[in-house]
Amino acid sequence: MSELDSFLNSDFMAPMAALGVAAAVTYFWRGLGVAVSGKMDKDSAVFRWVTCVAYALLAGLIARMILLPIGPLAELGLGQRAGATIISLAVFFLTRKNLLAGVTAGATALVLMAKLGPL
Amino acid sequence: MHDTPDDFGSRQAAYIKGAKDALTIPALILGSTYMGFGALVSETGLQVWHALISTAVNWAVPGQIATMELYAINASLFVIAAAVALINCRLMPMTIVLMPFIRNKTTPKIVYYFMSNFIAVTGWAAAMKQCPKLPEEQRLPYFTGFVVPLWSVCMFATYIGYHLPGLLPVEVTMGLVFLNPVYFMLVFLADFTQPGRPTALILGAILGPLTFLFTPNWSLLITGLIAGTIAFLISECKLRKAQS
Repeated sequence: MSELDSFLNSDFMAPMAALGVAAAVTYFWRGLGVAVSGKMDKDSAVFRWVTCVAYALLAGLIARMILLPIGPLAELGLGQRAGATIISLAVFFLTRKNLLAGVTAGATALVLMAKLGPL
Repeated sequence: MHDTPDDFGSRQAAYIKGAKDALTIPALILGSTYMGFGALVSETGLQVWHALISTAVNWAVPGQIATMELYAINASLFVIAAAVALINCRLMPMTIVLMPFIRNKTTPKIVYYFMSNFIAVTGWAAAMKQCPKLPEEQRLPYFTGFVVPLWSVCMFATYIGYHLPGLLPVEVTMGLVFLNPVYFMLVFLADFTQPGRPTALILGAILGPLTFLFTPNWSLLITGLIAGTIAFLISECKLRKAQS
């Protein structure tokens, strides 16, 4: 193996390709958004449509992250994640929409359920 | 939070107000999430630099987690690129929607191309709420003042979190990662009253997990287009009725 090869396959460089493509495709969307926005009228129907799409995408992503996550949360059962979410919502509305209280309650409930098993 | 001023007085004051708004609950919650992310990266056996580079140039939690998960299972670069592109496609409509509210006539375009790197849910939601009420020249300063300190906190938290596994039980890492979607959910619920948004949010929340069961990769794109278009058509009908 040449020196270049061993550098490219080193523990540091090998993941860099993955990080690089991830950053490139991510920036593509952001940069494209800036470029397109220059040509779009804020009061047009197209703009209102894009706004609806943006909110739908965000809600879809958030619901998916809670109910069907990838990553470490996937090891937990759906019941545990849904239970923690319901506790979070209940505390949020009971405390007159206190964000910190709602989020803390949900995360604490999740940690406890993960440790002790489902309620 | 009812009587937010519509004018902070100066650009400097807008930067400071942005930083103040960011360095409370948003920094606490996003910081905790990024500790979880740092811990996750260290569990996959990568170096702390990889975690930091990811937060530096790919700042948006879901895409970062997907990148690390896919790398850990030896997915090809093409698979990683496609998956992250589909998860992060929301950033384009988000950027388009935010731009008119942070743009001003004097700032050169290159600044926006740079600042768009900092568009992610937390800063976006804050700017969407505050910036339309501000004088034009204070909007970009508010957004910048909000996201740059928030991003710095995330970098620091990534570093700390990387060194936590072993100290932290795995359940706590799960709790930290769980903070993020729950926080986002509550942020949008708190802002539910804006016309047109509830329909898009509710339809999106239903379609997102449903489509994910059938086609995990295309789920978000399909959700955004279908739920967004239906919500748009409904709100246009209402608008027309209100006008006639």
